[in-house]
Amino acid sequence: MIHYALTFAFGCFGLGLLFNLYRIFMAPGVIDRVLALDTMVINIIALLILYGISTHSDVYFEAAMLFAMTGFVSTVAYCKFILRGDIIE
Amino acid sequence: MEQIAELIVAVLLVAAGVFGLIGSFGLIKLPDTMTRLHAPTKATTLGVGSVLLASMLYFWITQGRLSWHELLITMFLLLTAPITANLIAKAHLHRFGDMGKLPATGTPSDWATFEDEAKDMQPMMTKTPPNAAPPKQDH
Repeated sequence: MIHYALTFAFGCFGLGLLFNLYRIFMAPGVIDRVLALDTMVINIIALLILYGISTHSDVYFEAAMLFAMTGFVSTVAYCKFILRGDIIE
Repeated sequence: MEQIAELIVAVLLVAAGVFGLIGSFGLIKLPDTMTRLHAPTKATTLGVGSVLLASMLYFWITQGRLSWHELLITMFLLLTAPITANLIAKAHLHRFGDMGKLPATGTPSDWATFEDEAKDMQPMMTKTPPNAAPPKQDH
């Protein structure tokens, strides 16, 4: 039962990643690209944890944590760059 | 008992998949940037939260120990999602939003993100307050 649910969740998040990739390529502005990148990071965190469940290993939580941190910092840096034209003033 | 726990894990995983898919689909379906901001920041965080809960429960029932990494990731995501949403909305307002479209604030001060940044703050404690009692003079 868990196996089928895992396969379904893998498919859903993979499809979500494809949607995000489409949005990054066909976006009306730079803000939508930043938003799509942020969503992509969150989808990748979910995929990493699902992979950790399917391989019975808890090594992937550290990777997911690192992705969460770098994703947050990169999104903030992008927004700051769009707002001010500079990241560290 | 184990059957019920497995059922809960499976339901959480399916719900997470559906929420994540809705969040990413809303990103390409919704018409405007401000409405597009709504879909992923809420639905995907809910999806990742369900995945993390399912992972926590799964490792509890298979290995018999409760791991706290997932709670850490959930807390971090729930803390940072509003901040990124706020920053993206602010960047959008400064780049494309003109002042006429925004509703009035109803207070004398303007929208906080459009206020003049050169206007420096008044220090609170250095000036004497306007209705301070004059120093008492004894004779």
